[in-house]
Amino acid sequence: MKKSLFLVTLGAVALLSATAIAGTLDEVKSRGKLNCGVSSGTAGFSAPDAKGVWQGFDVAFCRAVAAAVLGDPMKVEFVPTTGQTRFTALASGEIDVLSRATTWTFSRDTDLKLTFAGTNFYDGQVFLVKKELGVSSAKDLNGATVCIQSGTTTELNLAEYFRINKMTYEPVPVDSSAEGERQYQAGACDVYTSDGSNLASVRASFPNPSDHVLLPEIISKEPLGPIVRQGDEQWADIVHWTESALFAAEELGVTKANVDQLADGSDNPEINRLLGKEGDLGKMLGLDAEWARRAIAAGGNYGEIFATNLGDQTPIRLERGLNALWTKGGLMYAQPFR
Amino acid sequence: MANAITFPTLEPHQAFRLSMLLNDGRYRSYTIQIFVLMCLMLGIAWLVDNTIRNLALLGKDFSFSFLWSTAGYDINQRLIEYDTQMTHGRAALVGLLNTVVLAVLSCALATIIGVVAGVLRLSGNPIVARLTVVYVEVFRNIPLLLWILVFGAIMSEAVPAPNAFKGENATAGMILGAVAITNRGVFIPEPLFTRDLGTLNLGIVEPSLNAIAVLVVVIACVLISRVLVRHANRVQSQTGVRPVIWWKTMTVLAAPPLLLLWALGFHLGYPELRGFNFQGGFQLRNALIAMWLGLGIYTGAFIAENVRAGILAISKGQTEAAHALGLRPGKTMRLVILPQALRVIVPPLISQYLNITKNTSLGLAVGYMDLRSTLGGITINQTGRELEGMLLLMLIYLSLSLIISGSMNAYNARVGLKER
Amino acid sequence: MTERNPAFVRGEMLPAREPPAGQTGLLKLLRENFFKDWLSALLTVMSLIVSVWFVCSVFPWLFDSVWNANSLSECRQILAGAEGACFAVIRDRWTQLLFGFYPPEQYWRPVLAFALMIVALAPILFPPVPRGLLRFSVVFPGLAYWLIWGGTLWLPVVVYGGFAVGAVLLRMTGRLGAGPGAGLAIVSALTWWFVAPGPVTTVLEQLLPLSLAPVASREMGGFLLSIVIGVTGISLSLPLGIVLALGRRSKMPLVKTISVVFIEFIRGVPLITLLFTASLLLNYFLPPGTTFDLILRVIIMVTLFATAYMAEVIRGGLAALPRGQYEAAEALGLDYWKAQRLVIMPQALKISIPGIVNSFIGLFKDTTLVVFIGLLDPIALSNSIRATADWQGIYWELFIFIGALFFVFCFGMSRYSMHLERRLKTDHR
Repeated sequence: MKKSLFLVTLGAVALLSATAIAGTLDEVKSRGKLNCGVSSGTAGFSAPDAKGVWQGFDVAFCRAVAAAVLGDPMKVEFVPTTGQTRFTALASGEIDVLSRATTWTFSRDTDLKLTFAGTNFYDGQVFLVKKELGVSSAKDLNGATVCIQSGTTTELNLAEYFRINKMTYEPVPVDSSAEGERQYQAGACDVYTSDGSNLASVRASFPNPSDHVLLPEIISKEPLGPIVRQGDEQWADIVHWTESALFAAEELGVTKANVDQLADGSDNPEINRLLGKEGDLGKMLGLDAEWARRAIAAGGNYGEIFATNLGDQTPIRLERGLNALWTKGGLMYAQPFR
Repeated sequence: MANAITFPTLEPHQAFRLSMLLNDGRYRSYTIQIFVLMCLMLGIAWLVDNTIRNLALLGKDFSFSFLWSTAGYDINQRLIEYDTQMTHGRAALVGLLNTVVLAVLSCALATIIGVVAGVLRLSGNPIVARLTVVYVEVFRNIPLLLWILVFGAIMSEAVPAPNAFKGENATAGMILGAVAITNRGVFIPEPLFTRDLGTLNLGIVEPSLNAIAVLVVVIACVLISRVLVRHANRVQSQTGVRPVIWWKTMTVLAAPPLLLLWALGFHLGYPELRGFNFQGGFQLRNALIAMWLGLGIYTGAFIAENVRAGILAISKGQTEAAHALGLRPGKTMRLVILPQALRVIVPPLISQYLNITKNTSLGLAVGYMDLRSTLGGITINQTGRELEGMLLLMLIYLSLSLIISGSMNAYNARVGLKER
Repeated sequence: MTERNPAFVRGEMLPAREPPAGQTGLLKLLRENFFKDWLSALLTVMSLIVSVWFVCSVFPWLFDSVWNANSLSECRQILAGAEGACFAVIRDRWTQLLFGFYPPEQYWRPVLAFALMIVALAPILFPPVPRGLLRFSVVFPGLAYWLIWGGTLWLPVVVYGGFAVGAVLLRMTGRLGAGPGAGLAIVSALTWWFVAPGPVTTVLEQLLPLSLAPVASREMGGFLLSIVIGVTGISLSLPLGIVLALGRRSKMPLVKTISVVFIEFIRGVPLITLLFTASLLLNYFLPPGTTFDLILRVIIMVTLFATAYMAEVIRGGLAALPRGQYEAAEALGLDYWKAQRLVIMPQALKISIPGIVNSFIGLFKDTTLVVFIGLLDPIALSNSIRATADWQGIYWELFIFIGALFFVFCFGMSRYSMHLERRLKTDHR
């Protein structure tokens, strides 16, 4: 009697343990959906609109990967993560790719067992202050009260910057960007520090943006990019090369509008290789030939994604700066498709 | 004959059959317990085995060494020495102290508000009683998190920024020139000494010797004055005449501490607007105040209900008897009703104190750096040690809860009705 | 007879005079109620000042509100500098705050499930409702699952089948004695649940398709999420709580110790650490590679949390029963389980209903804590709404809406539990 119960319990245990980790690509394909970890709300990067459709720069990137792998940019399940749950969600397999403005650092790459699939946004930490304070340099901020999102690398950068410059400050930790913005506007802190892109969007949303200035010092390097689990090379390659394809597309002049036309063949062999007309790059990646074509068709090339979510046409009005192509003085540089 | 009834005695040598394990009441409980124990062990073994395998898969080990590595992050409210170069363990300790301070402050506020509101709700004044009902219902039925956010917002939106205190046409001023209420916190004067006795090095904390000296003297004075009062009581009970001692106790209570303070060169340090902020003085940060008000007023609504129930539980005869003795309503409440109601009120009060302690963990919502935000937040986030960090966090909260319920239960046993 | 009154004695009756001004009408009412003594007077004046100040500072803002706008900046334009609320954000996003990202064309499903929940609860909460409806209450959980998550109706049916299998076996093996019979029934039901749902559901679905479009639990958010977590947590915790409460009162030391340790542990740590356990640690404790839905994980942890509190509520109910009830049950020759089922539990549960409703209110409010692990409850949604370019900078309006909805729910329930307490009190006198 008791024995049979044990057997059943053991059977149940065995049944639960039977689901071993398969390759992420196979898993995504069999699931039919890409699980993508995003922030639950950062203006311009990810936020749901009134219809519940996620929009933003990080979101567009996930849609490109979904288009490349599954053939449909809408086959993405967006999993909102917090600064605290993001890495665990990735490690546990809850999400396949984390696209949440996460800085590529040494310890995250090695100690937290993550693989950064590349940088799709070069950011830097800056300070936002009210003009009336009369501060023109971060060096004048001795004794200031600083709003800072807790649990991020910006917090550590801030502590280091003030220590190096032998200044003191009073940190006001905030939970989210929206909260920091509110505290700053109410004057609960003199300075709001965060990634430059974030602060630009915050400033743009103010009733009169010209009353606020971004100080010239950039106190840190924040290379942001998508992350995958360590140990699945194929999946890391797919995410990395999808990103690269978007860069290459901008470089080669492939846009959302002309991608279908160019896919029928062009006189540039690299475009042909990229869009699957020549060679079999897709197969090497474990996908079909048209993967990059679909990824580009999803939201356009890198420049188009930037323009629709962060660029001049948006309330955020971010300049390309470091995120321009290498040919235009930026850092965006696609590895050759060969 | 009662003795004629013979009980069927069980044969002591009756052969033991396996089925008796299930059917015989004497053995069945053992069977069940052994079965439960086996299930429990099996379950725990399964969990531990999974954890070990998962850790191995992730290439992580199980160690608490991260507590001794450099934290690197800043904590604005610190009761003990801390800077970014200290360890994660130290940061956790700072957070723990912040949690305890917040819990103690909130318990005190909630008790005061709860008792006042509970009594007012029963007052004959309809406006006051209605308003108290509104307060209790509004606070009880809306989530605490929302209240904390609302108080956080009020503290930063409705209160002037330090800028408003500046210049010729300042729109805000300090209260009595000593207290500044700004949206970065409330600044109050701090005690300062011109002669410093140094600090006492206890390894982890270094309390100032001045504070210790003052504390010791005050406690000693209180003890001596109690001896005086006891002596007066004894004389009164023996002779019927109470000796006049008020001037003695006053001298004993006041003179030595004042002398000590004078000797140490005590003065108040007033907050002053310098640079971006008020400098000097004691800063009660916004996050602390928002959490304090949120927890205190929210939990006060629950305590008010407990107090009301406790007062209603005292029979009307007690009130009438007190009135018959000629006690005024206020005194009736203070001397007759509340002491008795306390017995009904204290047990639910304990669980409210426990709730407050646990709810301090919501501090992150307004950026209060408590244990949850330091050890359970930034430290875990930076080191990736979720398992160790969460275990430690749970253990600490559990010990806090056990300490509170233990001490409050002891108190409850003391005030409890000694029935014969 | 001549009247010989002394000069100092009045000869005629005086007419009744008006009472002094302070002892009559409105003035008396005011004096006795509001200005009885200086404390009362002070409190009255203070309350009036506070109320008037509150009304004056909030009402203009409330009444001068904008409902028709597409963004905060549009609101500001319409208000043109005046103080006023911008409730247009509620108009724009109220469906999101209520349902999260649940597909709009399927909104009828959670609404229907909610309506059915009230029907299912009626026989439990309101005595005049016919008992026959209790059968519906038993069916409701499966039905609600099907309505909210979609998929095939046969899955809950097959799961209910497990109970049927267990019940049949219990009846068949009745003569083996209570212990082995129950054991066998549990084993067979478990076996059924592990083996049957897949194949049987598929077969039944092919025979008679009864499907709704499936909705992933990730699409749920807002109040729907709060209600789903709260209701599931409380209803699952009820049976577990009963078992745990009995365990805590058990005479077997081991069972008692385990129950006490479990209850005190759960009650001693904040809910937020349990939620973090659900989101950060549960994956460590399960076999490598097992992943399941975050909301399911949260529901499991919330259920454990509620179970500990429920056990204490029920323990209170058990303790309130007079000793005579236990003795009477024993005297009738009922064994432990029969005594519990027929005599003790029905009475203890009835006493505990107010406590159960109160724990539900507490749990429902506590569901807002899931914001810390990234689930989109109303508060988290208010954060994401503020992160969109249109509504960046809006604050109080969202809080007022969320707070008002919570208030309506919780206030209703707490009124009900008070009413119940009053009713139960008269029963015992």
